[in-house]
Amino acid sequence: MCGATAGGLSLDGIDVDKEAVVQGQVVRDGEPVGNAYVRLLDRTGEFTAEVPTSASGHFRFFAADGEWTLRTLAPRAETVDRTVRAAVGSVAEVTIAL
Amino acid sequence: MSRDSALVSAQWVEEHLDDPKVVLIEVDEDTAAYDKGHIRGALKLDWTTDLQDQVRRDFVSKAQFEALLSSRGVANDDTVVLYGGNNNWFAAYAYWYFKLYGHQDVRLLDGGRKKWELDSRELTDEPPAREVTSYTAQEQDTSIRAFRDEVVEAIGVKNLVDVRSPDEYSGRLMAPAHLPQEQAQRAGHIPTAANVPWSKAANDDGTFKSDDELKQLYTDAGVDWGKDTIAYCRIGERSSHTWFVLKELLGEQNVKNYDGSWTEYGSLVGVPVVLGDDAGSLDDGSA
Repeated sequence: MCGATAGGLSLDGIDVDKEAVVQGQVVRDGEPVGNAYVRLLDRTGEFTAEVPTSASGHFRFFAADGEWTLRTLAPRAETVDRTVRAAVGSVAEVTIAL
Repeated sequence: MSRDSALVSAQWVEEHLDDPKVVLIEVDEDTAAYDKGHIRGALKLDWTTDLQDQVRRDFVSKAQFEALLSSRGVANDDTVVLYGGNNNWFAAYAYWYFKLYGHQDVRLLDGGRKKWELDSRELTDEPPAREVTSYTAQEQDTSIRAFRDEVVEAIGVKNLVDVRSPDEYSGRLMAPAHLPQEQAQRAGHIPTAANVPWSKAANDDGTFKSDDELKQLYTDAGVDWGKDTIAYCRIGERSSHTWFVLKELLGEQNVKNYDGSWTEYGSLVGVPVVLGDDAGSLDDGSA
């Protein structure tokens, strides 16, 4: 999508002080991937949530304090796992390259 | 029931897109997903407004269900194929719901919307066009729906399968992160319940694991195949997914979904509750 900036998902309307936000963008060769699925797995690898990426490749989770794994599935791509640390009051930005 | 009669592949759906007797219905938690794009010809059902009574905590009545399906153009002899996001949670819930009201031929699209998209199959934003019908539902088939009293009586007698995450089962969490936080008064699980998270029954792409893998999964968790089974979760949708596995894929006879689930049980006065990772026994958690 034109004008989409990396890590540019707006936090308007979100009380960041009360949330452990994990968000970011899925890209392939620098271009956003709008039909990917990102899964949030807890510290034991157990499924917690899953979201499709937006047209601009963005995703967002409201997690909790601790370490999480982001597992990304997309058409014609290998599955990509990334670990991320979330904390209430902060925003963890992750760019996932396929 | 078996895998062949309850589950269809994306390929099968693609081959039946122009079959007027096959009705595709998308059911999502995020009901905006459908509007962004859906399988050609698919109708949308909103699980919160279409399938829930808007005053009492219960399902829509038989008459309301009949009016709903008639207005959407679903006939009694149509093959209904359900699919949705979030690994078919709400599609499985709708499948169970269609069975509850006696629809004859219902199928689930294996992998749901995600598998369809990962396969790069076509989605459209064109609204479907179907003629209004005169749908007749059956009385609720309560052989697949469990209520609170029979759940309490099932402790130590039937298989209870808690399909929530281990953190919810143990009482460390009241609800999973990220999801709407509908909560009970108390955390924990029903004594003697086995914990088999719904996700263990599915592959990452949302398709179901093989029958052999599924059978092994529940056997290892202590499910006694000679006993009746009740599945529950927090609000009854993830447990529909497991109900589908046990009843429709593995063909177990007496499997019920407890749609009241933890948000009801964990708010009941005087019932036994177990905290921690162990299943606990009949005597645990009681006063």
